[in-house]
Amino acid sequence: MIDPTAPDFWSGLFQVLLVGTGETLYMVGVALLLTVLIGLPLGIVLVGTERGGLFEAPFGSRRLGRVINRVVEFIVNLGRSVPFIILMVALIPLTRLIVGTFIGSTAAIVPLAVVAIPFFARMVEIAIKEVDSGLIEAAESLGATRWQIVSKVLVPESLSTLILGLSTTVTSIINFSAMVGTVAGGGLGQVAIQYGYQRYSTIHMVAVIILIFVIVMILQGLATWLARRFSHRARPARSRASVPTAI
Amino acid sequence: MISVKHVSKTFGSGASATTALDDINLEVASGEIFGVIGQSGAGKSTLVRAINLLERPSSGTVTVDGEELTVLSPDQLRLARRKIGMVFQHFNLLAGRTAQGNVELGLEIVGVTGEERRRRSLEILDLVGLADKAHSYPSELSGGQKQRIGIARALAGNPKVLLSDEATSALDPETTRSILDLVKKINVQLGLTVLLITHEMDVVKRICDSAAMLENGRILEQGSIVSLISTSGSRLAHQLFPLGEVPPHAGNTVIEITFSGGSADRPVIAQLARNYGLDVSILGAAVETIGGNQAGRTRLELPGTPLANAAPIADLRSQGLLVEIVGDGAGTIVEGSRA
Repeated sequence: MIDPTAPDFWSGLFQVLLVGTGETLYMVGVALLLTVLIGLPLGIVLVGTERGGLFEAPFGSRRLGRVINRVVEFIVNLGRSVPFIILMVALIPLTRLIVGTFIGSTAAIVPLAVVAIPFFARMVEIAIKEVDSGLIEAAESLGATRWQIVSKVLVPESLSTLILGLSTTVTSIINFSAMVGTVAGGGLGQVAIQYGYQRYSTIHMVAVIILIFVIVMILQGLATWLARRFSHRARPARSRASVPTAI
Repeated sequence: MISVKHVSKTFGSGASATTALDDINLEVASGEIFGVIGQSGAGKSTLVRAINLLERPSSGTVTVDGEELTVLSPDQLRLARRKIGMVFQHFNLLAGRTAQGNVELGLEIVGVTGEERRRRSLEILDLVGLADKAHSYPSELSGGQKQRIGIARALAGNPKVLLSDEATSALDPETTRSILDLVKKINVQLGLTVLLITHEMDVVKRICDSAAMLENGRILEQGSIVSLISTSGSRLAHQLFPLGEVPPHAGNTVIEITFSGGSADRPVIAQLARNYGLDVSILGAAVETIGGNQAGRTRLELPGTPLANAAPIADLRSQGLLVEIVGDGAGTIVEGSRA
Protein backbone atom coordinates (compact mmCIF):
# COMPACT_ATOMS: atom_id res chain seq x y z
CA MET A 1 0.00 0.00 0.00
CA ILE A 2 1.29 3.39 -0.99
CA ASP A 3 0.63 6.33 1.25
CA PRO A 4 -0.53 9.32 -0.78
CA THR A 5 0.28 11.63 2.13
CA ALA A 6 3.96 10.67 2.11
CA PRO A 7 6.19 13.67 1.27
CA ASP A 8 7.74 12.02 -1.78
CA PHE A 9 4.49 10.57 -3.14
CA TRP A 10 3.84 13.08 -5.89
CA SER A 11 7.44 13.30 -7.08
CA GLY A 12 7.55 9.47 -7.05
CA LEU A 13 4.32 9.31 -9.03
CA PHE A 14 5.64 11.82 -11.51
CA GLN A 15 8.90 9.88 -11.92
CA VAL A 16 7.10 6.58 -12.44
CA LEU A 17 4.67 8.05 -14.95
CA LEU A 18 7.45 9.77 -16.87
CA VAL A 19 9.43 6.55 -17.25
CA GLY A 20 6.27 4.57 -18.02
CA THR A 21 5.16 7.04 -20.70
CA GLY A 22 8.62 7.04 -22.21
CA GLU A 23 8.66 3.26 -22.40
CA THR A 24 5.17 3.11 -23.85
CA LEU A 25 5.96 5.68 -26.52
CA TYR A 26 9.22 3.88 -27.29
CA MET A 27 7.73 0.44 -27.79
CA VAL A 28 4.63 1.70 -29.54
CA GLY A 29 6.73 3.93 -31.79
CA VAL A 30 9.20 1.27 -32.86
CA ALA A 31 6.45 -1.35 -33.25
CA LEU A 32 4.51 1.13 -35.38
CA LEU A 33 7.50 1.78 -37.57
CA LEU A 34 7.98 -1.95 -38.15
CA THR A 35 4.25 -2.31 -38.75
CA VAL A 36 4.30 0.26 -41.54
CA LEU A 37 7.52 -1.06 -43.07
CA ILE A 38 6.28 -4.66 -43.19
CA GLY A 39 2.48 -4.30 -43.11
CA LEU A 40 2.24 -1.88 -46.04
CA PRO A 41 4.06 -4.12 -48.55
CA LEU A 42 2.23 -7.13 -47.13
CA GLY A 43 -1.14 -5.47 -47.69
CA ILE A 44 -0.15 -4.49 -51.22
CA VAL A 45 0.95 -8.07 -51.91
CA LEU A 46 -2.36 -9.27 -50.49
CA VAL A 47 -4.37 -7.18 -52.97
CA GLY A 48 -1.93 -7.51 -55.84
CA THR A 49 -1.74 -11.28 -55.93
CA GLU A 50 -5.51 -11.65 -56.08
CA ARG A 51 -7.13 -12.78 -59.33
CA GLY A 52 -6.86 -9.96 -61.83
CA GLY A 53 -4.51 -8.06 -59.52
CA LEU A 54 -1.35 -6.19 -60.39
CA PHE A 55 0.92 -9.03 -59.25
CA GLU A 56 -1.40 -11.82 -60.31
CA ALA A 57 1.50 -13.50 -62.11
CA PRO A 58 4.86 -12.52 -60.57
CA PHE A 59 7.74 -13.53 -62.84
CA GLY A 60 5.13 -14.64 -65.35
CA SER A 61 3.78 -17.39 -63.13
CA ARG A 62 0.14 -17.36 -62.12
CA ARG A 63 0.77 -20.33 -59.88
CA LEU A 64 3.42 -18.42 -57.92
CA GLY A 65 0.98 -15.53 -57.51
CA ARG A 66 -1.66 -17.87 -56.13
CA VAL A 67 0.79 -19.51 -53.74
CA ILE A 68 1.99 -16.13 -52.42
CA ASN A 69 -1.58 -14.98 -51.98
CA ARG A 70 -2.52 -18.11 -50.00
CA VAL A 71 0.57 -17.90 -47.79
CA VAL A 72 0.14 -14.21 -46.96
CA GLU A 73 -3.58 -14.69 -46.39
CA PHE A 74 -2.80 -17.55 -43.99
CA ILE A 75 -0.20 -15.57 -42.05
CA VAL A 76 -2.50 -12.56 -41.74
CA ASN A 77 -5.41 -14.67 -40.56
CA LEU A 78 -3.23 -16.55 -38.09
CA GLY A 79 -1.77 -13.37 -36.66
CA ARG A 80 -5.22 -11.86 -36.26
CA SER A 81 -6.96 -14.84 -34.71
CA VAL A 82 -4.55 -15.76 -31.89
CA PRO A 83 -5.39 -13.82 -28.69
CA PHE A 84 -2.59 -11.40 -27.85
CA ILE A 85 -1.95 -12.72 -24.36
CA ILE A 86 -1.27 -16.17 -25.83
CA LEU A 87 0.72 -14.81 -28.76
CA MET A 88 2.89 -12.80 -26.38
CA VAL A 89 3.89 -15.88 -24.41
CA ALA A 90 4.17 -18.14 -27.45
CA LEU A 91 6.55 -15.68 -29.08
CA ILE A 92 9.03 -15.70 -26.17
CA PRO A 93 11.52 -17.98 -28.00
CA LEU A 94 11.40 -15.76 -31.07
CA THR A 95 11.77 -12.61 -28.96
CA ARG A 96 14.76 -14.11 -27.20
CA LEU A 97 16.29 -15.00 -30.54
CA ILE A 98 15.89 -11.46 -31.89
CA VAL A 99 16.43 -9.26 -28.82
CA GLY A 100 18.38 -11.61 -26.55
CA THR A 101 15.88 -11.31 -23.69
CA PHE A 102 12.11 -11.43 -23.27
CA ILE A 103 11.95 -8.87 -20.48
CA GLY A 104 11.72 -5.10 -20.95
CA SER A 105 10.29 -2.67 -23.46
CA THR A 106 12.62 -3.61 -26.32
CA ALA A 107 11.58 -7.23 -26.01
CA ALA A 108 7.92 -6.17 -25.99
CA ILE A 109 8.31 -4.64 -29.43
CA VAL A 110 8.45 -8.09 -31.04
CA PRO A 111 4.99 -9.36 -30.03
CA LEU A 112 3.52 -5.88 -30.57
CA ALA A 113 4.80 -5.74 -34.14
CA VAL A 114 3.77 -9.32 -34.79
CA VAL A 115 0.19 -8.60 -33.77
CA ALA A 116 -0.01 -5.19 -35.47
CA ILE A 117 1.46 -6.13 -38.85
CA PRO A 118 -1.40 -8.45 -39.96
CA PHE A 119 -3.92 -5.98 -38.57
CA PHE A 120 -2.46 -3.12 -40.57
CA ALA A 121 -2.01 -5.31 -43.65
CA ARG A 122 -5.80 -5.82 -43.70
CA MET A 123 -6.31 -2.07 -43.37
CA VAL A 124 -3.95 -1.53 -46.31
CA GLU A 125 -5.83 -4.13 -48.31
CA ILE A 126 -9.14 -2.35 -47.71
CA ALA A 127 -7.67 1.07 -48.52
CA ILE A 128 -6.01 -0.07 -51.75
CA LYS A 129 -9.13 -1.87 -52.91
CA GLU A 130 -10.99 1.44 -52.67
CA VAL A 131 -8.82 2.96 -55.39
CA ASP A 132 -10.79 3.18 -58.64
CA SER A 133 -9.56 0.54 -61.08
CA GLY A 134 -9.86 3.18 -63.82
CA LEU A 135 -6.83 4.94 -62.31
CA ILE A 136 -4.74 1.78 -62.66
CA GLU A 137 -5.97 1.46 -66.22
CA ALA A 138 -5.00 5.07 -66.95
CA ALA A 139 -1.49 4.53 -65.56
CA GLU A 140 -1.14 1.31 -67.57
CA SER A 141 -2.20 3.14 -70.71
CA LEU A 142 0.63 5.62 -70.07
CA GLY A 143 3.09 2.73 -69.95
CA ALA A 144 3.63 2.66 -66.17
CA THR A 145 5.53 -0.19 -64.54
CA ARG A 146 3.87 -2.10 -61.73
CA TRP A 147 6.12 -0.38 -59.23
CA GLN A 148 5.13 3.02 -60.64
CA ILE A 149 1.47 2.09 -60.33
CA VAL A 150 2.00 1.18 -56.66
CA SER A 151 4.11 4.21 -55.77
CA LYS A 152 2.41 6.87 -57.90
CA VAL A 153 -1.20 5.73 -57.94
CA LEU A 154 -2.23 3.14 -55.35
CA VAL A 155 -0.44 4.47 -52.27
CA PRO A 156 -0.91 8.23 -52.87
CA GLU A 157 -4.57 7.84 -53.83
CA SER A 158 -5.36 5.79 -50.73
CA LEU A 159 -3.17 7.88 -48.43
CA SER A 160 -5.94 9.39 -46.34
CA THR A 161 -7.62 6.01 -45.83
CA LEU A 162 -4.21 4.53 -44.99
CA ILE A 163 -3.59 7.21 -42.37
CA LEU A 164 -6.96 6.54 -40.74
CA GLY A 165 -6.18 2.82 -40.78
CA LEU A 166 -2.82 3.53 -39.22
CA SER A 167 -4.43 5.50 -36.40
CA THR A 168 -6.74 2.55 -35.65
CA THR A 169 -3.65 0.34 -35.65
CA VAL A 170 -1.79 2.66 -33.24
CA THR A 171 -4.72 2.60 -30.86
CA SER A 172 -4.65 -1.16 -30.76
CA ILE A 173 -0.86 -1.24 -30.35
CA ILE A 174 -1.24 1.06 -27.34
CA ASN A 175 -3.95 -1.25 -26.05
CA PHE A 176 -1.69 -4.29 -26.39
CA SER A 177 1.33 -2.40 -25.02
CA ALA A 178 -0.48 -2.19 -21.70
CA MET A 179 -0.84 -5.95 -21.68
CA VAL A 180 2.89 -6.54 -21.99
CA GLY A 181 3.13 -4.75 -18.65
CA THR A 182 1.83 -7.93 -17.05
CA VAL A 183 4.92 -9.84 -18.16
CA ALA A 184 7.47 -7.18 -17.22
CA GLY A 185 7.37 -5.39 -20.53
CA GLY A 186 7.43 -1.98 -18.90
CA GLY A 187 5.40 1.04 -19.92
CA LEU A 188 2.25 2.56 -18.49
CA GLY A 189 0.60 -0.85 -18.36
CA GLN A 190 3.20 -2.05 -15.90
CA VAL A 191 2.68 1.10 -13.81
CA ALA A 192 -1.03 0.37 -13.64
CA ILE A 193 -0.43 -3.26 -12.67
CA GLN A 194 2.35 -2.68 -10.16
CA TYR A 195 1.03 0.41 -8.43
CA GLY A 196 -2.65 0.55 -9.21
CA TYR A 197 -3.48 -3.12 -8.89
CA GLN A 198 -0.84 -4.75 -6.68
CA ARG A 199 -0.37 -1.78 -4.33
CA TYR A 200 -3.92 -0.40 -4.44
CA SER A 201 -2.98 3.13 -5.54
CA THR A 202 -6.09 4.54 -7.17
CA ILE A 203 -4.24 7.73 -8.00
CA HIS A 204 -1.70 5.80 -10.09
CA MET A 205 -4.50 3.96 -11.86
CA VAL A 206 -6.41 7.13 -12.69
CA ALA A 207 -3.22 8.89 -13.84
CA VAL A 208 -2.36 6.03 -16.22
CA ILE A 209 -5.88 5.98 -17.65
CA ILE A 210 -5.80 9.74 -18.23
CA LEU A 211 -2.34 9.59 -19.82
CA ILE A 212 -3.25 6.77 -22.21
CA PHE A 213 -6.48 8.51 -23.09
CA VAL A 214 -4.61 11.74 -23.84
CA ILE A 215 -2.03 9.90 -25.99
CA VAL A 216 -4.76 8.17 -27.98
CA MET A 217 -6.68 11.43 -28.43
CA ILE A 218 -3.62 13.29 -29.66
CA LEU A 219 -2.71 10.56 -32.16
CA GLN A 220 -6.29 10.26 -33.34
CA GLY A 221 -6.56 14.01 -33.84
CA LEU A 222 -3.27 14.10 -35.69
CA ALA A 223 -4.37 11.26 -37.98
CA THR A 224 -7.71 12.90 -38.75
CA TRP A 225 -5.98 16.17 -39.54
CA LEU A 226 -3.43 14.48 -41.81
CA ALA A 227 -6.10 12.40 -43.53
CA ARG A 228 -8.11 15.51 -44.32
CA ARG A 229 -4.99 17.30 -45.49
CA PHE A 230 -4.22 14.56 -48.00
CA SER A 231 -7.78 14.10 -49.21
CA HIS A 232 -8.64 16.18 -52.25
CA ARG A 233 -11.92 14.51 -53.00
CA ALA A 234 -14.93 16.73 -53.37
CA ARG A 235 -16.37 17.58 -49.98
CA PRO A 236 -19.94 16.40 -49.54
CA ALA A 237 -22.42 19.22 -49.99
CA ARG A 238 -23.49 20.80 -46.76
CA SER A 239 -26.55 19.14 -45.33
CA ARG A 240 -29.79 20.85 -46.25
CA ALA A 241 -31.15 20.17 -42.80
CA SER A 242 -28.74 22.70 -41.34
CA VAL A 243 -30.25 25.49 -43.42
CA PRO A 244 -32.87 27.25 -41.35
CA THR A 245 -36.22 27.42 -43.05
CA ALA A 246 -38.78 30.10 -42.46
CA ILE A 247 -42.30 28.85 -42.01
CA MET B 1 -1.41 3.75 -88.42
CA ILE B 2 -3.66 1.29 -86.62
CA SER B 3 -4.31 -2.08 -88.14
CA VAL B 4 -6.53 -4.62 -86.44
CA LYS B 5 -6.71 -8.04 -88.06
CA HIS B 6 -9.07 -10.87 -87.17
CA VAL B 7 -9.27 -9.79 -83.55
CA SER B 8 -11.62 -11.78 -81.34
CA LYS B 9 -12.11 -11.58 -77.61
CA THR B 10 -13.94 -14.11 -75.52
CA PHE B 11 -14.57 -13.70 -71.82
CA GLY B 12 -14.89 -16.77 -69.63
CA SER B 13 -14.74 -20.29 -70.93
CA GLY B 14 -16.94 -23.26 -71.62
CA ALA B 15 -20.69 -22.80 -71.52
CA SER B 16 -20.49 -19.38 -69.82
CA ALA B 17 -18.14 -17.92 -72.44
CA THR B 18 -19.27 -14.70 -74.05
CA THR B 19 -17.83 -13.29 -77.24
CA ALA B 20 -17.22 -9.56 -76.95
CA LEU B 21 -15.37 -9.16 -80.25
CA ASP B 22 -15.88 -11.39 -83.24
CA ASP B 23 -13.28 -11.30 -86.01
CA ILE B 24 -12.75 -7.53 -86.06
CA ASN B 25 -10.81 -5.98 -88.92
CA LEU B 26 -10.05 -2.26 -88.85
CA GLU B 27 -7.71 0.02 -90.74
CA VAL B 28 -7.14 3.53 -89.40
CA ALA B 29 -5.08 5.74 -91.68
CA SER B 30 -2.40 8.06 -90.34
CA GLY B 31 -3.74 11.48 -89.32
CA GLU B 32 -7.43 10.65 -89.52
CA ILE B 33 -10.14 10.66 -86.90
CA PHE B 34 -11.85 7.31 -86.91
CA GLY B 35 -15.08 6.78 -85.02
CA VAL B 36 -16.47 3.46 -83.90
CA ILE B 37 -20.14 3.77 -83.16
CA GLY B 38 -22.33 1.24 -81.45
CA GLN B 39 -24.91 0.73 -78.75
CA SER B 40 -23.83 -0.14 -75.23
CA GLY B 41 -22.89 -3.79 -75.06
CA ALA B 42 -21.74 -3.81 -78.68
CA GLY B 43 -18.13 -4.37 -77.59
CA LYS B 44 -16.83 -0.82 -78.11
CA SER B 45 -14.95 -0.58 -74.82
CA THR B 46 -13.35 -3.97 -75.35
CA LEU B 47 -12.35 -2.94 -78.85
CA VAL B 48 -10.64 0.30 -77.82
CA ARG B 49 -8.85 -1.53 -75.00
CA ALA B 50 -7.70 -4.18 -77.42
CA ILE B 51 -5.81 -1.52 -79.39
CA ASN B 52 -3.35 -0.81 -76.55
CA LEU B 53 -3.80 -4.30 -75.15
CA LEU B 54 -5.28 -3.21 -71.84
CA GLU B 55 -7.55 -6.05 -72.90
CA ARG B 56 -5.51 -8.72 -74.63
CA PRO B 57 -7.37 -10.20 -77.62
CA SER B 58 -8.03 -13.96 -77.55
CA SER B 59 -6.83 -14.11 -81.13
CA GLY B 60 -5.79 -11.83 -83.98
CA THR B 61 -3.15 -9.13 -84.33
CA VAL B 62 -2.99 -5.42 -83.51
CA THR B 63 -0.39 -3.25 -85.22
CA VAL B 64 0.18 0.39 -84.27
CA ASP B 65 2.66 2.55 -86.15
CA GLY B 66 4.22 -0.48 -87.80
CA GLU B 67 4.76 -2.33 -84.54
CA GLU B 68 2.83 -5.52 -83.93
CA LEU B 69 1.75 -5.11 -80.30
CA THR B 70 0.29 -8.58 -79.88
CA VAL B 71 3.72 -10.25 -80.05
CA LEU B 72 5.57 -7.88 -77.67
CA SER B 73 6.90 -8.85 -74.25
CA PRO B 74 5.36 -7.02 -71.26
CA ASP B 75 8.33 -4.63 -71.09
CA GLN B 76 8.26 -3.89 -74.81
CA LEU B 77 4.51 -3.39 -74.64
CA ARG B 78 4.94 -0.84 -71.86
CA LEU B 79 7.27 1.19 -74.06
CA ALA B 80 4.96 0.85 -77.05
CA ARG B 81 2.02 2.16 -75.00
CA ARG B 82 3.80 5.48 -74.58
CA LYS B 83 3.07 6.12 -78.24
CA ILE B 84 -0.64 5.54 -77.60
CA GLY B 85 -2.46 8.07 -75.43
CA MET B 86 -5.84 7.23 -74.00
CA VAL B 87 -8.70 9.27 -72.58
CA PHE B 88 -11.56 7.85 -70.57
CA GLN B 89 -15.26 8.45 -70.09
CA HIS B 90 -14.84 9.09 -66.37
CA PHE B 91 -11.53 10.93 -66.79
CA ASN B 92 -9.64 8.68 -64.33
CA LEU B 93 -7.63 11.52 -62.81
CA LEU B 94 -5.70 11.22 -59.56
CA ALA B 95 -7.72 13.08 -56.92
CA GLY B 96 -4.57 13.76 -54.91
CA ARG B 97 -2.77 15.63 -57.68
CA THR B 98 -3.43 19.03 -59.20
CA ALA B 99 -4.14 19.47 -62.90
CA GLN B 100 -0.44 19.99 -63.46
CA GLY B 101 0.41 17.02 -61.24
CA ASN B 102 -1.84 14.78 -63.29
CA VAL B 103 -0.15 15.84 -66.50
CA GLU B 104 3.23 15.35 -64.85
CA LEU B 105 2.24 11.79 -63.98
CA GLY B 106 2.42 10.96 -67.67
CA LEU B 107 5.80 12.67 -67.93
CA GLU B 108 7.13 10.96 -64.78
CA ILE B 109 6.25 7.57 -66.19
CA VAL B 110 8.07 8.39 -69.40
CA GLY B 111 11.05 9.55 -67.33
CA VAL B 112 11.02 13.32 -67.90
CA THR B 113 12.46 15.02 -64.82
CA GLY B 114 12.91 18.36 -63.08
CA GLU B 115 12.50 21.68 -64.83
CA GLU B 116 11.86 20.00 -68.19
CA ARG B 117 8.88 18.18 -66.70
CA ARG B 118 7.42 21.35 -65.23
CA ARG B 119 7.90 23.22 -68.48
CA ARG B 120 6.37 20.47 -70.65
CA SER B 121 3.36 20.03 -68.37
CA LEU B 122 2.54 23.75 -68.47
CA GLU B 123 3.00 23.77 -72.22
CA ILE B 124 0.52 20.92 -72.67
CA LEU B 125 -1.94 22.49 -70.22
CA ASP B 126 -1.75 25.64 -72.32
CA LEU B 127 -2.47 23.61 -75.45
CA VAL B 128 -5.66 22.22 -73.94
CA GLY B 129 -6.63 25.67 -72.67
CA LEU B 130 -6.22 25.04 -68.96
CA ALA B 131 -3.04 26.98 -68.16
CA ASP B 132 -4.89 29.00 -65.51
CA LYS B 133 -6.07 25.88 -63.68
CA ALA B 134 -2.64 24.26 -63.28
CA HIS B 135 -2.87 24.30 -59.49
CA SER B 136 -6.51 23.22 -59.15
CA TYR B 137 -7.43 19.77 -57.96
CA PRO B 138 -9.82 17.68 -60.08
CA SER B 139 -12.56 18.04 -57.44
CA GLU B 140 -12.51 21.78 -58.07
CA LEU B 141 -12.97 21.45 -61.83
CA SER B 142 -15.94 20.89 -64.13
CA GLY B 143 -16.38 17.76 -66.25
CA GLY B 144 -15.13 19.47 -69.37
CA GLN B 145 -12.06 20.81 -67.58
CA LYS B 146 -11.35 17.35 -66.15
CA GLN B 147 -11.48 15.85 -69.62
CA ARG B 148 -9.07 18.53 -70.85
CA ILE B 149 -6.63 17.35 -68.17
CA GLY B 150 -7.29 13.78 -69.27
CA ILE B 151 -6.36 14.74 -72.82
CA ALA B 152 -3.31 16.70 -71.62
CA ARG B 153 -2.11 13.70 -69.63
CA ALA B 154 -2.55 11.44 -72.65
CA LEU B 155 -0.40 13.82 -74.69
CA ALA B 156 2.47 13.78 -72.18
CA GLY B 157 4.42 11.03 -73.89
CA ASN B 158 4.17 12.64 -77.36
CA PRO B 159 1.94 9.87 -78.66
CA LYS B 160 1.19 9.21 -82.30
CA VAL B 161 -2.24 7.80 -81.58
CA LEU B 162 -4.99 8.94 -79.26
CA LEU B 163 -7.61 6.45 -78.13
CA SER B 164 -10.83 7.85 -76.75
CA ASP B 165 -13.20 5.69 -74.74
CA GLU B 166 -16.51 7.58 -74.76
CA ALA B 167 -14.61 10.73 -73.77
CA THR B 168 -17.66 12.96 -74.11
CA SER B 169 -20.40 10.65 -72.86
CA ALA B 170 -20.35 12.09 -69.37
CA LEU B 171 -20.53 15.67 -70.63
CA ASP B 172 -23.37 18.01 -71.60
CA PRO B 173 -23.87 18.83 -75.30
CA GLU B 174 -22.07 22.18 -75.21
CA THR B 175 -19.05 20.79 -73.35
CA THR B 176 -19.07 17.81 -75.70
CA ARG B 177 -18.71 20.17 -78.64
CA SER B 178 -15.81 22.05 -77.05
CA ILE B 179 -13.99 18.80 -76.23
CA LEU B 180 -14.55 17.49 -79.76
CA ASP B 181 -13.17 20.75 -81.14
CA LEU B 182 -10.11 20.29 -78.94
CA VAL B 183 -9.64 16.74 -80.23
CA LYS B 184 -9.91 18.06 -83.78
CA LYS B 185 -7.41 20.80 -82.94
CA ILE B 186 -4.74 18.42 -81.62
CA ASN B 187 -5.46 16.08 -84.52
CA VAL B 188 -4.56 18.89 -86.90
CA GLN B 189 -1.82 20.61 -84.87
CA LEU B 190 0.03 17.51 -83.74
CA GLY B 191 -0.87 15.26 -86.66
CA LEU B 192 -2.29 12.82 -84.16
CA THR B 193 -4.29 9.82 -85.37
CA VAL B 194 -7.45 9.47 -83.29
CA LEU B 195 -9.58 6.41 -82.71
CA LEU B 196 -12.67 7.17 -80.73
CA ILE B 197 -15.59 5.09 -79.68
CA THR B 198 -18.97 6.56 -78.98
CA HIS B 199 -22.66 5.85 -78.97
CA GLU B 200 -23.48 9.38 -80.12
CA MET B 201 -23.94 9.90 -83.84
CA ASP B 202 -23.29 13.63 -83.29
CA VAL B 203 -19.67 12.86 -82.37
CA VAL B 204 -19.16 11.04 -85.66
CA LYS B 205 -20.86 13.86 -87.56
CA ARG B 206 -18.80 16.56 -85.95
CA ILE B 207 -15.22 15.34 -86.24
CA CYS B 208 -14.83 11.91 -87.82
CA ASP B 209 -13.23 11.33 -91.21
CA SER B 210 -14.05 7.64 -91.15
CA ALA B 211 -16.34 5.46 -89.12
CA ALA B 212 -17.21 1.89 -88.35
CA MET B 213 -20.42 0.51 -86.98
CA LEU B 214 -20.14 -2.12 -84.30
CA GLU B 215 -22.97 -4.43 -83.31
CA ASN B 216 -22.79 -7.57 -81.17
CA GLY B 217 -19.01 -7.62 -81.42
CA ARG B 218 -18.98 -7.44 -85.21
CA ILE B 219 -18.26 -4.61 -87.57
CA LEU B 220 -21.21 -4.13 -89.87
CA GLU B 221 -19.71 -1.49 -92.12
CA GLN B 222 -16.72 0.80 -92.18
CA GLY B 223 -15.10 3.35 -94.42
CA SER B 224 -14.70 7.06 -94.91
CA ILE B 225 -17.83 9.04 -94.13
CA VAL B 226 -18.00 10.28 -97.71
CA SER B 227 -17.92 6.75 -99.13
CA LEU B 228 -20.42 5.47 -96.57
CA ILE B 229 -22.83 8.22 -97.54
CA SER B 230 -22.71 7.14 -101.15
CA THR B 231 -23.18 3.48 -100.29
CA SER B 232 -26.65 2.17 -101.02
CA GLY B 233 -28.40 0.88 -97.93
CA SER B 234 -25.70 2.04 -95.51
CA ARG B 235 -27.12 1.95 -92.01
CA LEU B 236 -24.59 4.49 -90.88
CA ALA B 237 -25.68 6.91 -93.58
CA HIS B 238 -29.30 6.39 -92.55
CA GLN B 239 -28.44 7.13 -88.95
CA LEU B 240 -26.45 10.19 -89.92
CA PHE B 241 -29.49 11.58 -91.72
CA PRO B 242 -32.58 10.30 -89.98
CA LEU B 243 -35.67 11.22 -91.98
CA GLY B 244 -38.26 9.48 -89.87
CA GLU B 245 -41.17 7.45 -91.19
CA VAL B 246 -43.42 9.25 -93.65
CA PRO B 247 -46.19 7.16 -95.20
CA PRO B 248 -46.38 7.84 -98.95
CA HIS B 249 -49.59 8.33 -100.85
CA ALA B 250 -50.75 5.27 -102.73
CA GLY B 251 -49.73 5.12 -106.36
CA ASN B 252 -46.75 7.40 -105.94
CA THR B 253 -43.02 6.70 -105.82
CA VAL B 254 -40.89 7.64 -102.86
CA ILE B 255 -37.19 8.03 -103.43
CA GLU B 256 -34.31 9.05 -101.19
CA ILE B 257 -31.46 11.03 -102.65
CA THR B 258 -28.17 11.15 -100.82
CA PHE B 259 -25.80 13.86 -101.91
CA SER B 260 -22.37 14.90 -100.76
CA GLY B 261 -19.56 17.13 -101.89
CA GLY B 262 -20.23 19.10 -105.11
CA SER B 263 -23.71 17.76 -105.77
CA ALA B 264 -24.95 19.39 -102.60
CA ASP B 265 -24.93 22.85 -104.14
CA ARG B 266 -26.84 22.03 -107.34
CA PRO B 267 -30.56 22.76 -107.65
CA VAL B 268 -31.38 19.07 -108.13
CA ILE B 269 -35.03 19.21 -107.21
CA ALA B 270 -35.81 22.30 -109.25
CA GLN B 271 -34.19 20.70 -112.28
CA LEU B 272 -36.22 17.55 -111.76
CA ALA B 273 -39.48 19.48 -111.65
CA ARG B 274 -38.58 21.63 -114.66
CA ASN B 275 -37.14 18.99 -116.96
CA TYR B 276 -39.77 16.32 -116.37
CA GLY B 277 -42.73 18.45 -115.37
CA LEU B 278 -43.06 16.50 -112.12
CA ASP B 279 -44.92 17.71 -109.04
CA VAL B 280 -42.18 16.79 -106.60
CA SER B 281 -43.05 16.81 -102.89
CA ILE B 282 -40.35 16.86 -100.26
CA LEU B 283 -41.23 14.42 -97.48
CA GLY B 284 -38.11 14.93 -95.45
CA ALA B 285 -34.61 16.31 -95.60
CA ALA B 286 -31.50 16.39 -93.50
CA VAL B 287 -28.36 18.33 -94.31
CA GLU B 288 -25.18 18.28 -92.29
CA THR B 289 -21.66 19.48 -92.60
CA ILE B 290 -19.47 16.43 -92.26
CA GLY B 291 -15.73 16.75 -92.31
CA GLY B 292 -16.13 20.22 -93.77
CA ASN B 293 -18.34 19.00 -96.63
CA GLN B 294 -22.04 19.55 -97.10
CA ALA B 295 -23.85 16.25 -97.21
CA GLY B 296 -27.44 15.28 -96.86
CA ARG B 297 -30.39 13.14 -97.66
CA THR B 298 -33.75 14.10 -99.09
CA ARG B 299 -36.87 12.01 -99.33
CA LEU B 300 -39.00 12.92 -102.32
CA GLU B 301 -42.38 11.79 -103.52
CA LEU B 302 -42.91 11.57 -107.26
CA PRO B 303 -46.33 11.01 -108.83
CA GLY B 304 -46.72 7.64 -110.55
CA THR B 305 -45.17 4.20 -110.14
CA PRO B 306 -41.38 3.61 -110.03
CA LEU B 307 -41.64 2.31 -113.57
CA ALA B 308 -43.22 5.52 -114.76
CA ASN B 309 -40.45 7.48 -113.06
CA ALA B 310 -37.60 5.42 -114.52
CA ALA B 311 -36.34 8.25 -116.69
CA PRO B 312 -36.00 10.97 -114.01
CA ILE B 313 -34.45 8.47 -111.57
CA ALA B 314 -31.88 7.41 -114.16
CA ASP B 315 -31.15 11.08 -114.80
CA LEU B 316 -30.51 11.72 -111.09
CA ARG B 317 -28.21 8.71 -110.89
CA SER B 318 -26.29 9.91 -113.92
CA GLN B 319 -25.54 13.10 -111.99
CA GLY B 320 -23.65 11.01 -109.45
CA LEU B 321 -26.38 11.06 -106.83
CA LEU B 322 -27.24 8.02 -104.78
CA VAL B 323 -30.93 7.33 -105.38
CA GLU B 324 -32.81 4.68 -103.47
CA ILE B 325 -36.42 3.78 -104.19
CA VAL B 326 -37.97 3.33 -100.77
CA GLY B 327 -41.69 3.47 -101.57
CA ASP B 328 -42.94 0.93 -104.08
CA GLY B 329 -45.98 2.85 -105.16
CA ALA B 330 -48.39 0.56 -103.31
CA GLY B 331 -48.35 2.73 -100.23
CA THR B 332 -45.73 0.81 -98.30
CA ILE B 333 -42.19 1.64 -97.38
CA VAL B 334 -39.82 -1.07 -98.45
CA GLU B 335 -36.82 -2.40 -96.57
CA GLY B 336 -33.87 -0.05 -96.53
CA SER B 337 -35.72 3.02 -95.44
CA ARG B 338 -35.42 2.54 -91.71
CA ALA B 339 -34.12 5.68 -90.17
